[in-house]
Amino acid sequence: MMIRRLIPHVLHGIIALAMTGRAMASAPDPLIDKGRYLAEAADCSACHTHNPSAPYAGGNPFVLPIGTLYAPNITPDKSHGIGEYTEADFTNALRRGVGRNGKPLYPAMPFPSYARMSDADIHALWIYFHDGVAPSSEAPPKNGIPWPLSMRWPMTVWRWAFAPTPKMAIANAARDFPAADIARGAYLVEGPGHCGACHTPRALTMQEKALSSDQSAQYLAGGAAVDGWTPVNLRQDDRTGLGRWSENDIVDFLATGRNLHGSAFGGMSDAIVHGTQHLTAADLHAIAHYLRTSLPARKNETPWEANPAVTNALHQGHLPDAGAKVYVDRCAACHRTDGHGYAPAFPPLAGNPTLMDKDPSSLILIVLRGASVPATAKAPSSLTMPGFGHILNDQEIADVVTFIRHSWGNTGSAVSANDVSAFRRHNARWINDTPSNPFN
Amino acid sequence: MTSKRTDVVIIGAGWAGAILAKEMREAGRRVIMLERGPERKTAVEGTYPGSIDELRGAIRHRLFQNPAKTTVTIRNTVNQTALPYRQLAAFLPGEGVGGAGLHWSGVHFRAAPDDLRLRSHVIERYGAKFIPDTMNLQDYGVTYEELEPFFDKAEKVFGTSGDAYKVNGEIVGNGNIYAPSRSDHFPLPAMQDVYTASLFRRAAGDAGYHPYALPAANASRQYTNTYGLQMGPCNFCGYCSGYDCYMYSKASPNINILPALRNDADFTLITDAHVLRVNLDSDRRKATGVTYLDQKENREETIEADLVILAAFQFHNVHLMLLSGIGTPYDPVSNTGVVGRNFVYQTITTSRAWLSEKQYTNQFVGAGGAGVAIDDFNSDNFDHGPLGFIGGSPVWVNQAGVKPIAAAMTGGGKSAPRWGAGYKAGLVDTYRHSMAMDAHGSNMAYRDVYLDLDPTWKDSYGQPLLRMTFTWKENDIRMNQYVVGKIEPIMKALGARRYELGRLEHGEAFDTRKYQTTHLGGGAVMGTSPKDSALNRYLQSWDVSNVFVIGSNAFPQGMGYNPTGTVAALAYWAAHHIRAHYLAQPGPLVSL
Repeated sequence: MMIRRLIPHVLHGIIALAMTGRAMASAPDPLIDKGRYLAEAADCSACHTHNPSAPYAGGNPFVLPIGTLYAPNITPDKSHGIGEYTEADFTNALRRGVGRNGKPLYPAMPFPSYARMSDADIHALWIYFHDGVAPSSEAPPKNGIPWPLSMRWPMTVWRWAFAPTPKMAIANAARDFPAADIARGAYLVEGPGHCGACHTPRALTMQEKALSSDQSAQYLAGGAAVDGWTPVNLRQDDRTGLGRWSENDIVDFLATGRNLHGSAFGGMSDAIVHGTQHLTAADLHAIAHYLRTSLPARKNETPWEANPAVTNALHQGHLPDAGAKVYVDRCAACHRTDGHGYAPAFPPLAGNPTLMDKDPSSLILIVLRGASVPATAKAPSSLTMPGFGHILNDQEIADVVTFIRHSWGNTGSAVSANDVSAFRRHNARWINDTPSNPFN
Repeated sequence: MTSKRTDVVIIGAGWAGAILAKEMREAGRRVIMLERGPERKTAVEGTYPGSIDELRGAIRHRLFQNPAKTTVTIRNTVNQTALPYRQLAAFLPGEGVGGAGLHWSGVHFRAAPDDLRLRSHVIERYGAKFIPDTMNLQDYGVTYEELEPFFDKAEKVFGTSGDAYKVNGEIVGNGNIYAPSRSDHFPLPAMQDVYTASLFRRAAGDAGYHPYALPAANASRQYTNTYGLQMGPCNFCGYCSGYDCYMYSKASPNINILPALRNDADFTLITDAHVLRVNLDSDRRKATGVTYLDQKENREETIEADLVILAAFQFHNVHLMLLSGIGTPYDPVSNTGVVGRNFVYQTITTSRAWLSEKQYTNQFVGAGGAGVAIDDFNSDNFDHGPLGFIGGSPVWVNQAGVKPIAAAMTGGGKSAPRWGAGYKAGLVDTYRHSMAMDAHGSNMAYRDVYLDLDPTWKDSYGQPLLRMTFTWKENDIRMNQYVVGKIEPIMKALGARRYELGRLEHGEAFDTRKYQTTHLGGGAVMGTSPKDSALNRYLQSWDVSNVFVIGSNAFPQGMGYNPTGTVAALAYWAAHHIRAHYLAQPGPLVSL
């Protein structure tokens, strides 16, 4: 049981955000600017903007095992949005997950993270959503969740059992840090950024196993698949985490969606496009510095070390297995026989932590569906890898995925044709959801 | 009919249009760009492996103009009746976003300094009498030194690969010894020589010539350009010319410029918009905007604009000027008027060497812009005095990847059977063991070679077709034959077991049925006087000062080099002067 989000039109969102940004740029109230910045840091539009010409008017579907939720309209429209909210109602929604009528919100809304936000920041967000956003009378579709699961009261119990009270959250956010920028990074990651919502594993009862770095080494240790993509471990594990990424690597990735180690895909593209690319360099460095202070989550993991055996074999014209043949035919032109790729244009596969995750979902989905690097203001190219789902059969995909997970020093479980077949069955929706309209 | 208003309207979404659009947006002007063809994104319809279907691509003209809607009529001489060109062959104009810049090969030259002031140069070196009476030899009105910063700017946008010879007057590398000094190196190192190019390099050197790597807008490495846009490295797949590059390594407006505009609310790209005319005010001195046909809705639309940029393909620009009444149409009898004057092409002939049966030439690999060339017989790099002709040709091996259908059509060369066992044996031998080299030469302008509106034929929009009057002239045939003669020593140095020299023959007429090149030029040339040029040195119409016309239409002569590098530099040059002077004070940039 886990939350799955569907955000089908990433780039429409970018356009919407850019237009909002421009329209509001001349607003005189600095609180509105601050609120807009925080709304970007909190990635609000990734969920609440569906139609690019109606920013924050809601409508993005969240496909859950129990049915489909739609993000609500959070513009100041009185009948369809939050125009009737008082600041106290707004604060309650953000920190406690309780709507104006007392109705509990589904925890798709990351209020356990937003609860950590300061009073001043919540106030700025309120001013922005009250005065800085244009009201829209668009009404998102009704949630498609059948009774009895449509009853909201169990959410109250869930919240009582698993969500921190705002007081606890704020106290925890104020804990001691070794440096001011690390404290700022922790605040952004654990609070508005709600990175753990995807990157921290969840318990069976759907709560994140930790909400901050001091609670458990499970914090940001990699989450379960979202829309078919597996959020990677963000801790300092050398092989499957960010252990080999420098502070600047992290900053580049969050600002542009790409760096010399890899390119963004899946839900992270939304997070970068709607969120992190808008953050100041100082805030991005704070986030990177904070992430670099984590400890590895996986005690027995050996560091990644380049192994030239496969490269040498391919260079001598040997194809060690069936996967190597598919790789040379289909992948090597961009990712090279040595797996190094041509970063930042074409990402490396050798040593890439997302490919060594114990869950191979992301790798299988990219091979099936292809992926576009998200276009950002500083890096507007959206270079695109084509999908091979209609060209390669399950066995060939299993072979090539296993080859990639076993070559150049990479390690990861082998993938069978049955695994690919099951993945295709369970993820048809994401496989057929073609990459959004790229810029080039 | 509806009407919209903008600051700048740009006709055509190829290189010239994309460069002007980016520059005008940097200057803060609202831009609407109109493209006759469809949207084209490499990630969508350019995706591998569907994009490398030769039948759909090169043979059925996936990226090219559809002559069922509009075409040209062609005749060789003024006393013939021109007929509509119903199947493209000799030249292939692009259609759709990216234009010819999406399907081009990628050879990216800077014009030679002498070629930019050819009339003055010929008079200085050989005297005015050297110029035949029937030849309209002219200067561009701009010098290499003036254009150099814009050549440099374009190369850094295109991610051009090459070897410099001279940077800031110092010899720095292994490039073309005839190339002028540059202000900087190429942004990327030269593409590697394929096997046939390396053979040519050695043989040309042995023959006493000076080989160099062709400057290629095929990225030799991954690259991030001036606008933060990325290219992948070329893998020599051989699908450049006629195709969209799925490796993102061949420069195109689609990869190298447009992504920087697509998220900009003040930039609008309208596709399937066929421009019918530029609208002028009552005294025809000022353009008020354009009228186009929205081909999706089959509805006429008007856009009002302060500035109109014609950035369509060479002859489409000329056609639009004639249809709109911008400037005086050319009259070949009196040699007066300027629109349609100096229509030029290039002389391209291919020669082939068959090497030993132990030498496999791997012609399936290649890159459209890469290869090895000699410039010993290009431009005025050799003494024309005793030869009595004007112009020249670089000679090169530009192995761009031979595809199956193209190989089958080449067969075993000119002397081989066209069917049966002999054809098959010749095809296999030629594909495995031969190499081609081109004499890629200039074409001068003549009084009776020109463009005008056809008196009879109309297109599907009810407008007169453009008429081409074109054939080969003795000056250019003699030039071609002289340069092709200089290939023979290379053939010998290659140790070819046999070779065929391709050349134009005396009296040969232009043959529209076989592909030659899409490097058409002139028809609305830039220059120093409104008597013999349609545009001033800033590519501004002499007659309608808020119309700029960007493209190879501005070339007064066809040069030996490929045109795109010079078109891009002229586009940045014009844009610079529009930004620096015109926008603050609209009006003629050259006063008479």
